[in-house]
Amino acid sequence: MSGEPTPPPTRLRIRSDDGVGGVAATGSADGHWRVAPEVVFDSRDVSVFYGAKQALTGVSLAIRRGQITALIGPSGCGKTTFLRSLNRMNDSVPSFRIEGQVLYHGHDLYAGNVDRVEVRRRIGMVFQKPNPFPKSIYDNVAWAPRNLGLKAGLADRVEQALRGAALWDEVKDRLKDSALGLSGGQQQRLCIARAIAIEPDVLLLDEPASALDPIATAAIEELMHSLKGRFTIVIVTHNMQQAARVADRTAFFSLASLGAERPVGTLIEFDDTATIFGGPRDPRTRDYVSGRFG
Amino acid sequence: MSDQAGFDPTAPLTASGNLPRRRALSRGAELAATAAAVLAVGVLAVVVYTVVARGAKAIDWSFLVEGAPAGIGPELVGTAIIVAIATLIAMPVGVLIALYLSEYAGGRATQLVKLTMDVMNGLPSIIIGLFIFGLLVNHRQQSGIAASVALAIIMVPPIARGSQEVLALVPGAQREAADALGVSRWRSVLTVVLPSAVGGIVTATVLSVARAAGETAPLIFATSVFDPTRYSFNPLEALPNVPVRVFTLSEEANPEGFTEAWGLSLLLISFILFASLGARALLARSRRKMESA
Repeated sequence: MSGEPTPPPTRLRIRSDDGVGGVAATGSADGHWRVAPEVVFDSRDVSVFYGAKQALTGVSLAIRRGQITALIGPSGCGKTTFLRSLNRMNDSVPSFRIEGQVLYHGHDLYAGNVDRVEVRRRIGMVFQKPNPFPKSIYDNVAWAPRNLGLKAGLADRVEQALRGAALWDEVKDRLKDSALGLSGGQQQRLCIARAIAIEPDVLLLDEPASALDPIATAAIEELMHSLKGRFTIVIVTHNMQQAARVADRTAFFSLASLGAERPVGTLIEFDDTATIFGGPRDPRTRDYVSGRFG
Repeated sequence: MSDQAGFDPTAPLTASGNLPRRRALSRGAELAATAAAVLAVGVLAVVVYTVVARGAKAIDWSFLVEGAPAGIGPELVGTAIIVAIATLIAMPVGVLIALYLSEYAGGRATQLVKLTMDVMNGLPSIIIGLFIFGLLVNHRQQSGIAASVALAIIMVPPIARGSQEVLALVPGAQREAADALGVSRWRSVLTVVLPSAVGGIVTATVLSVARAAGETAPLIFATSVFDPTRYSFNPLEALPNVPVRVFTLSEEANPEGFTEAWGLSLLLISFILFASLGARALLARSRRKMESA
């Protein structure tokens, strides 16, 4: 649709509704029309409960292929809960219950015939605290491919993954050394290499830089830019500047009292990152991104 | 100044009031506790000293390799065979029980299985011997295998509990990392969880071997009618073994037999001591490795 006539003078959203339809057109800030990529995750009115306690209510949003989507918001607003619902990591919590639908490429993630292991084969995750296996650097990256039967060209695959995670030059001479000897930032990049070694469709990052110093954080952010497009990335972050730097789209979660006894985490606003930080529609988003709260 | 304080804050800081009495009581309790601990170490020391003093002179090369009456070679070999088979049975079962507890079971099942293991651990070995006698020996014949099964029943609970304790030390973050990579649970257990815990599992096994090697009661039922003069390697027959030989020798009115019994006891106690100490050193090493992870 790049041949569209006169670009509209102001930013204009003609996206009918996030979460519906595979393709939507967007008037971007530079005035060109673009076709939004296809929807990978379509969350429809998702609510999450841990036992009797509701952690999340009514989240509807669409996450699109190849983009980086950031989930921001104050502590306890359910952004990590939402992230972990996208690859069924919450299933291991005994009292976990979900309502609504999460569609992944149109398939209901929580349908009865869905295999959790298959879900995670396609939707990888990197955690807040680096959690390398107590094995060598090489074996950390080679572990999942080996166990998934991707043994052909394993050494190549490991090198590509480590290059992809911008770690190769630092570790190529000590692949046999224990991963536990790496610095925190290197360990986290190793975890990213481990996740991309099996070439998943989606990478979920749960505050991947929160345990790292600013230099290691910058390295992770740079890495995310290089991974963008290759993978669909969803990142939870406490750090608003980080969201502003890396994300195409940003979802602001917060606690809202919806007539319930206790406030419950929910999605307040979801838009282009520039809009969320430049001119959010919701006053709660404005207060949060301007640092007046949270 | 207030009378309620009960003391003069400006007085010298020496004991006042009933403090001397309280201090004496406290000191007495400490002494009693220390004495009990010293006694425990002392008992072990006396046992080891007695066994070494009386058994050392019995031990020489022919004692180790010849059959009765000069030596106890057949018993050493027999015990090794019996305990080896028992370990082959008990280790997989114990480790699988530990894996069930740490990786698969829910809260209530965990409690039930743990309780079962603790009860089994406290079961008198003579009852296990009687059970095996009824199951495998009566109407058939005594055999090394029957003894191995009895010892395996004794070994499973400590292996299971010990392994489960080290499996619990494997960080949950590692399981989460493995889960998030789309690898099935059993592969994760086999290649991530078990290798981290292997040191502790080996330790638990060695400790239970040390315990089983000296068990006597089940062997009296299962493998006590043997010919101590010749080597026997067939576990389908009664095998000569150390505990039963110690028992029969000490029952005889024969001073040389006494010396032999002491010599055998020395071998047994050295094996148990070295196995226990080695196992503990191994465990400490694997704990350190895990905690640095």
